[in-house]
Amino acid sequence: MSIKVRYFASLKENIGRSEDNLEFFGLATVADVWRAANPDKVLPDNTLAAVNMDYVELNGVVNDGDEVAFFPPVTGG
Amino acid sequence: MNIKIYAKPFDPWAEIQAYQHSAQDMAGKFGATSIFIGTMRDFNEGDDVKGMTLEHYPGMTEKQLAKIVAEASQQWPVIDVLVLHRVGDILPNEPIVLVAVWTSHRGDAFDASRYIMEALKSRAPFWKKELLKSQAERWLVKNTDGYLAGSS
Repeated sequence: MSIKVRYFASLKENIGRSEDNLEFFGLATVADVWRAANPDKVLPDNTLAAVNMDYVELNGVVNDGDEVAFFPPVTGG
Repeated sequence: MNIKIYAKPFDPWAEIQAYQHSAQDMAGKFGATSIFIGTMRDFNEGDDVKGMTLEHYPGMTEKQLAKIVAEASQQWPVIDVLVLHRVGDILPNEPIVLVAVWTSHRGDAFDASRYIMEALKSRAPFWKKELLKSQAERWLVKNTDGYLAGSS
């Protein structure tokens, strides 16, 4: 299955990329997506995750065509 | 209900006036309007700030804001809501956010606008990067708690 991964703000700068496109075989969680996209980098503690623009926990399962996003705590308003 | 993201400066007062004027169906129905405007300061955490860049996640921002407004509308009898938010390069004294809530009675207007604003601060995917007078850049790490005394 195909998963699009997006990064924002300071996390995007730290990683040096704004997105990845990954292929998975079998069941994968949001945490698996991070590990596959960033094998050398531990997910920073306060990172928030979203699937298809809704907040999710890291153990949430992803499906083919999902857009997974990782970003730091939000600071708008 | 209207939620808009602006890449250019906006005039919150003109927006409120135009929106209230255009929303004919609420004429005569509302008795209270609560307005919150967040404006960029030229100082933060003891440093002089000369500008800011606001990044957002297009699509998710609108989706989360719509959800927040829907939650507020379930909890309070809200007649209408206007939420505007800036993105891009912002200068001190420019408005960042507007939350306007129209209700029949003032308590609901105050409570719903506070709820929307606090939820926006913790859930709407925006990120501020400050440009200091010293030319240093820094990402804001987290928002202050709006319910603590003396916070902003």
